[in-house]
Amino acid sequence: MTDDIRSEILLHVNGRTHRLSVDNRRTLLDALREGMGHTGPKKGCDRGQCGACTVLLDGRRVVSCLTLAVAADGAEVTTVEGLADDGELRPLQQAFIQLDGFQCGYCTPGQLCSAIGMLAEHAAGWPSAVTADISPDGPAPELDAGEVRERMSGNLCRCGAYPSIVRAVLETASREEVTR
Amino acid sequence: MKEFAYHRPSQIREALTMVVGNEGAQYLGGGTNLVDLMKDGVEMPTRLVDVRHLPLDGVRAAPGGGLVIGATTTNSDAAAHPEVRRRYPALSQAVLAGASGQLRNMATVGGNLLQRTRCAYYADPSQPCNKRSPGSGCSAITGEHHNHAVLGWSDHCVATHPSDMAVALAAFDAVVRYETLDGTHEIPLSEFYLPVGATPQHETVLPSGALITAVSLPKSAVSPRSQYRKVRERASYAFANVSIAAALDVHEGTVRSARIALGGVASCPWRARVAESVLQDGAATADKFRAAADAELSAAKPLRDNGYKVTLARNLIEAVLTELAARTK
Ligand SMILES: Cc1cc2nc3c(=O)[nH]c(=O)nc-3n(C[C@H](O)[C@H](O)[C@H](O)COP(=O)(O)OP(=O)(O)OC[C@H]3O[C@@H](n4cnc5c(N)ncnc54)[C@H](O)[C@@H]3O)c2cc1C
Ligand code: SF4
Ligand code: FES
Ligand code: FES
Repeated sequence: MTDDIRSEILLHVNGRTHRLSVDNRRTLLDALREGMGHTGPKKGCDRGQCGACTVLLDGRRVVSCLTLAVAADGAEVTTVEGLADDGELRPLQQAFIQLDGFQCGYCTPGQLCSAIGMLAEHAAGWPSAVTADISPDGPAPELDAGEVRERMSGNLCRCGAYPSIVRAVLETASREEVTR
Repeated sequence: MKEFAYHRPSQIREALTMVVGNEGAQYLGGGTNLVDLMKDGVEMPTRLVDVRHLPLDGVRAAPGGGLVIGATTTNSDAAAHPEVRRRYPALSQAVLAGASGQLRNMATVGGNLLQRTRCAYYADPSQPCNKRSPGSGCSAITGEHHNHAVLGWSDHCVATHPSDMAVALAAFDAVVRYETLDGTHEIPLSEFYLPVGATPQHETVLPSGALITAVSLPKSAVSPRSQYRKVRERASYAFANVSIAAALDVHEGTVRSARIALGGVASCPWRARVAESVLQDGAATADKFRAAADAELSAAKPLRDNGYKVTLARNLIEAVLTELAARTK
């Protein structure tokens, strides 16, 4: 076994395959931003605490600042740049614009990716910490403002646009859950 | 960050041979704790062995009627699993009370058990800390310790274990399964974490290089009637000040069985066996619940700035038991 400190990896980002040689220390966030020019995911804390770097990894939302690029070898990555369908903004993105779901916009790429991942989790019937009855035999948890706030609590917004973010997510939840 | 090699074995034996006997080698789960600590310069592995491509994913029924949760099952999948929600609801709630949606999608069950303390001095290599640098002293005892331990600490370390999941596992008598080159081993969670004593750097009984493969939950009549509640400094996305996992079986006003574990109060999930024995076969009343809490917490030794945790723990025990008792009538 050779203990190389670099690796050759493949990443499928927004439908395009990239072959990269990375230092094993490289995070997925840095690989996306600096290696591949995807500057949508933002570096807020670089410590898993703010959610600005959220991307979808094989369809699930993760923080890319604590994901090693080498550990994502072979995965499908979706960044905010890949959310729109052929240049057509999806309902959630339009709602963020119409309802002022941001001010400075720094947290927005993470909020959008996180919300898309969160809606898929909800559609799959996952409960949250505020779901009153988590029994799998009862009805699936309804999305309301409390549920959205809890499920999106991993995304901080320094501008405090939370009320509009919650509205934008609620407004488009049913449409996003079917178009996905 | 120090340079390191990365390996992605697909067989357990292969993974073990990559780590056993290599001081710089560490397993990598979701990386949500390890990569964070590598950025701090607290952890400096020279080889990472990724466990997530080993055949250790998923939840399955155990022969005796319990459940086995594979070590690489993500926190999200464990919490959403129908049988976990149906039979061990407090476990689902505990996992959902931890971290964020993104982090739970990354974090594994094995990594969650082995996550390190959130004591800020531990994460700062410029400060004395016996857990990180044995013999250097404990900065927290006289420093910032409002969220440190009130039970079972020693003069060498007053840190708490941060896991929510492990608190529920402790209440349910979970067993940790692990693999060494000698074979498969099992240890009850209640014996998995070591008392702090004079060696806070040694947190568990796991031999060096051992690979956690699963956590098993024994069949239990009381576990379906359980609840997890966490008190923290924000409504969401913060570590516990105090948390509780409790299960209660009441029949005609009498406690047939009670299970209680507390989080945020000690170096490991604190199984409240004194309170449980006070409750056993007694009346299911608020007075009795309070007496049980008091009996357990008589052993508490709060630090200068965390006496509030004793009150909080007492109130949580009483409140959650009262709710569980009301539900079973
Ligand atoms: C911002 C933030 C907030 C958080 N909030 C909470 C919270 O509120 N409640 C809570 O409980 N947790 C919280 N966490 C912690 C989180 O739950 C843990 O980081 C996570 O569970 C660790 O799992 P992992 O798979 O990512 O472990 P890793 O970081 O990959 O590994 C942790 C340790 O376990 C070892 N390891 C991993 N798998 C195995 C195995 N199979 N066998 C042997 N050793 C292994 C690794 O070598 C390492 O030493 C938070 C984390 C962050 C970053
Ligand atoms: S409480 Fe423990 S972890 Fe914190 S400074 Fe003291 S020895 Fe280190
Ligand atoms: S930059 Fe990744 S969570 Fe803050
Ligand atoms: S819009 Fe500025 S941080 Fe959220």
